[in-house]
Amino acid sequence: MSESDVTASQLGLCTCHGCGGLSELIPGVHEMRCRRCGAALHLRKPDSIARTWAFLIAAYILYVPANVLPMMRTGSLFGAQSDTIMSGVVYLWHSGSWHIALVVFIASIVVPLAKMFSLTYLLISVQLGWTTRSLERTKLYRILEFVGPWSMLDVFVVMILVALVQLKGLASIQPGLAVAAFGAVVVLTMFAAMAFDPRLLWEPKERQHV
Amino acid sequence: MTSGVLTACHECDLLQREPILPPGGVACCRRCSAVLFRDIPDAVDRALAYTLGAAFLFIIANLFPIVGLEAAGIANATSLYGAVETIWKSDMEGVAALVFITTILIPAMEISLRLYVLLPLKLGHVPQGLAPILRLLQSVRPWSMTQVFILGVLVALVKLAHLAHIVPGIALWSFGGLILLLTGATVSFNTHELWSLVKEDE
Repeated sequence: MSESDVTASQLGLCTCHGCGGLSELIPGVHEMRCRRCGAALHLRKPDSIARTWAFLIAAYILYVPANVLPMMRTGSLFGAQSDTIMSGVVYLWHSGSWHIALVVFIASIVVPLAKMFSLTYLLISVQLGWTTRSLERTKLYRILEFVGPWSMLDVFVVMILVALVQLKGLASIQPGLAVAAFGAVVVLTMFAAMAFDPRLLWEPKERQHV
Repeated sequence: MTSGVLTACHECDLLQREPILPPGGVACCRRCSAVLFRDIPDAVDRALAYTLGAAFLFIIANLFPIVGLEAAGIANATSLYGAVETIWKSDMEGVAALVFITTILIPAMEISLRLYVLLPLKLGHVPQGLAPILRLLQSVRPWSMTQVFILGVLVALVKLAHLAHIVPGIALWSFGGLILLLTGATVSFNTHELWSLVKEDE
């Protein structure tokens, strides 16, 4: 291995997750704190794999009610109607707004699923100690972090619909339980992505070179 | 050319020397090309201008109704806080809290904390408690969802456009401007440079 390809942890240096500064870890001393910002120092995010799995599995479980239960119930003079995420997309598609249908489909169905599958793939790749494609896997993680908040779209849509459509006697919209489940899925996948440490994707490769 | 200061990539942990950047330059990790830090010319002035503008629009956006609805002579309008309240009353306290935190509380915190940091810097001194504030700003960043919220409002309006007459409110335009100013404020808030102002406590 060339001299220039050394990681901080191999030299006993630790990046502060608070301010990004480097600190030297003193062997045998526990609970060290960053001298600049006072954050607790960890070589890697603590229990990264276990915590990411925990958030991820919880998200998988809640993804089921989020899709099966109704997002909202519409009551009007013409009767009552329940909408799930998917039936909302289908409705938009048929009413001629196919581009909006596509936006909602991507934000509410593709993104959360792709996020959960990608995190599962990243976790398994770390646990199996893969040495290849570290760069591609790091880029995948970067995309995951970026798209995280955008799945919240449907929660905001339902909220605005519920707040606006309260026309006494004519029509009203009530939120369904799926909103809560879906919001929880988004929050849990965001926590899962935060708990994951992308530096683990490079470690097996580094060990191989030493 | 490097400054000689060592840094480790936050994504792959590779140790490297910090380059000296030309104005507007970006330093990327040699191995995984993660952005390490940027040089932003006149960062304090720019960030302050964007943040002051954002603060102004944020207040307007929260005081006025976002959209109104008219159907068969009945009208209804809602502000952001009004919408949170409606959700809360529909026995969805968790969702209401989530929306309140991501669209009101955290954006308000981001704007006011950035002003607290930037105003003294503009006047030539380092504000007290800079380190904990920078850490707090960094940890709340992913939970600030104004942009997503506005996209949600637009989708909701498309859904309703077939059924009722939509009246866009002042807050809708304010939110539109707010998204742009918030993005500008975030991009020009140079955390890396601000951390270098924090003294190490020996």
